[in-house]
Amino acid sequence: MPDSAARVEITRDEVAHLAMLARIDLSDAELDHLAPQLTVILESVASIQGVAGDDVPPTSHALPLTNVFRNDVVTPGLTPEQALSGAPEVEQQRFSVPRILGDEQ
Amino acid sequence: MSDIRQTAAQMAAALAAGEVTSVQLTQAALDRIAAVDGQVHAFLHVDAAGALEQAAASDARRAGGTALSPLDGVPIAVKDALTTTGMPTTCGSKILEGWVPPYDATVVRRLREAGLPILGKTNMDEFAMGSSTEHSAYGPTRNPWDLDRIPGGSGGGSAAAVAAYEAPLAIGTDTGGSIRQPGAVTGTVGVKPTYGGVSRYGLVALANSLDQAGPVTRTVLDSAMLHDVIGGHDPLDSTSIDQEWPSFADAAREGAGGDLSGVKVGVITELSGEGWQPGVMTRFQESVDLMVKAGAEVVEVSCPSFVHAMAAYYLILPAEASSNLAKFDAMRYGLRVWPEGDAPSAEEVMRATRDAGFGDEVKRRIILGTYALSSGYYDAYYGQAQKVRTLISRDFEAAFEQVDVLVSPTAPTTAFKLGEKLDDPLAMYLNDLATIPANLAGVPGISLPNGLAAEDGLPSGLQILAPALADDRLYRIGAALETLHEREWGGPLLAQAPALVEQTEGETR
Repeated sequence: MPDSAARVEITRDEVAHLAMLARIDLSDAELDHLAPQLTVILESVASIQGVAGDDVPPTSHALPLTNVFRNDVVTPGLTPEQALSGAPEVEQQRFSVPRILGDEQ
Repeated sequence: MSDIRQTAAQMAAALAAGEVTSVQLTQAALDRIAAVDGQVHAFLHVDAAGALEQAAASDARRAGGTALSPLDGVPIAVKDALTTTGMPTTCGSKILEGWVPPYDATVVRRLREAGLPILGKTNMDEFAMGSSTEHSAYGPTRNPWDLDRIPGGSGGGSAAAVAAYEAPLAIGTDTGGSIRQPGAVTGTVGVKPTYGGVSRYGLVALANSLDQAGPVTRTVLDSAMLHDVIGGHDPLDSTSIDQEWPSFADAAREGAGGDLSGVKVGVITELSGEGWQPGVMTRFQESVDLMVKAGAEVVEVSCPSFVHAMAAYYLILPAEASSNLAKFDAMRYGLRVWPEGDAPSAEEVMRATRDAGFGDEVKRRIILGTYALSSGYYDAYYGQAQKVRTLISRDFEAAFEQVDVLVSPTAPTTAFKLGEKLDDPLAMYLNDLATIPANLAGVPGISLPNGLAAEDGLPSGLQILAPALADDRLYRIGAALETLHEREWGGPLLAQAPALVEQTEGETR
């Protein structure tokens, strides 16, 4: 196999970075646990490299899709009460969220 | 007189003949749930009052001489991945604990419009990530054949509910085998329709381009009747196929004679060999011989790209899942966890919530998906996986030029012990080896009970795959094989399952 045989590894630091990107606060124990597991999985899926040549087009959806439009008519939606029914916190008929700016901003 | 072991079709006939009421059928199912679900744990939520109310309404309709559908009054269980008004929808995750959606999934709406009382929501691997239901945040479901073993996954709850006679019908969802593999290891029937055949509206997305809801039942005809109810075009799902479908129940009835004359069947070369349990393969070969005896022409067909299906799947799925699960952000619904410290920011709340709300497997896949989509790796992993998807579709196309349907064992092994593969994700992933190609190509598949493996006496499954849109073939050929099997077995395979001990209220396991 071409380059794919090269050893792939996700380091603990990389997992921490990816977790930050994915907005998951992983603990040290979780990082220790996940990094080697992800390396094993990645080694397995890395076999895919080089399988398909440049001439093979990618498939994003199994069946051919065409853009779909609906008629421009009003249809009933959720009421504000329904839309807010699962919210952790509600204020003045709105979603109430934690502060969105940092101290320095 | 209601009998929980009847098929849904028999229950429907008894309702139509006025021999039983929907309230009786629904109460019998609820009694069975109360008696055995402490051991099986197929359900996350049981809505006894709601189901009985819907059953009474069905009886009132029948008394007035109308029925909304042939299955009007036959109770059903729904996988917790589909949104339901009036019942929580958790997807087996703590992040959605107690969430009651403000709208019904289209599949659920169609069940209600067809008059099926909804018994409750069934257990699943968290966000449908898993093959054993052990990744549910609410504890595993147990296999009714052996309570120390897994019921398959992610839809182990739906399969176990049907296998344990807690419900005659259930809805599952199948992204890489989550309907079919649980069907195989519990001795039940499960169908993944053609992608786009059943609406995904209100199905909490794991991987949009692969997810499909479908029937989980004890017989082929029951699956066909349920498919007739839930299938068809839905303007609320932009990937829903806009066409008329034939009656799948008619197809199943046509096939039930057991004649396979003129049917060309392909055995997939790549789905056998090392890693396949001998007892599973023996039963599979016997079924192939049975099909030949019934008139089918059987040839071996090679699908060389299938060996790469699992790798492609475990790149495409995490990539789509990591994007889909970004919506669980602690802002609009679901869990919100405040980290320690003064006035934490929205982002800190988000990170703390997602750490507390997601389980191990979900975190693994989100991280893997984030990696596969990150710049520098995109072409090498996700881009390659999408190309392999093309190759797999081409393999199917070439195969279906030679044969009408393809067959393989549904899963490489029978049910394994709870805990056995929990900390070995790769070993867990191998359970879906045979089921994944259908999701990648969008083609329909059915898993049928295929006898017990000699070495452990546990159920194995046989999978039939058909070209996209040809779901009727699954029912016609599946019903024929079911008839041939039951002649050999002297009845349904489930009749051979050990009886569960019914517990009365107050007893604990």
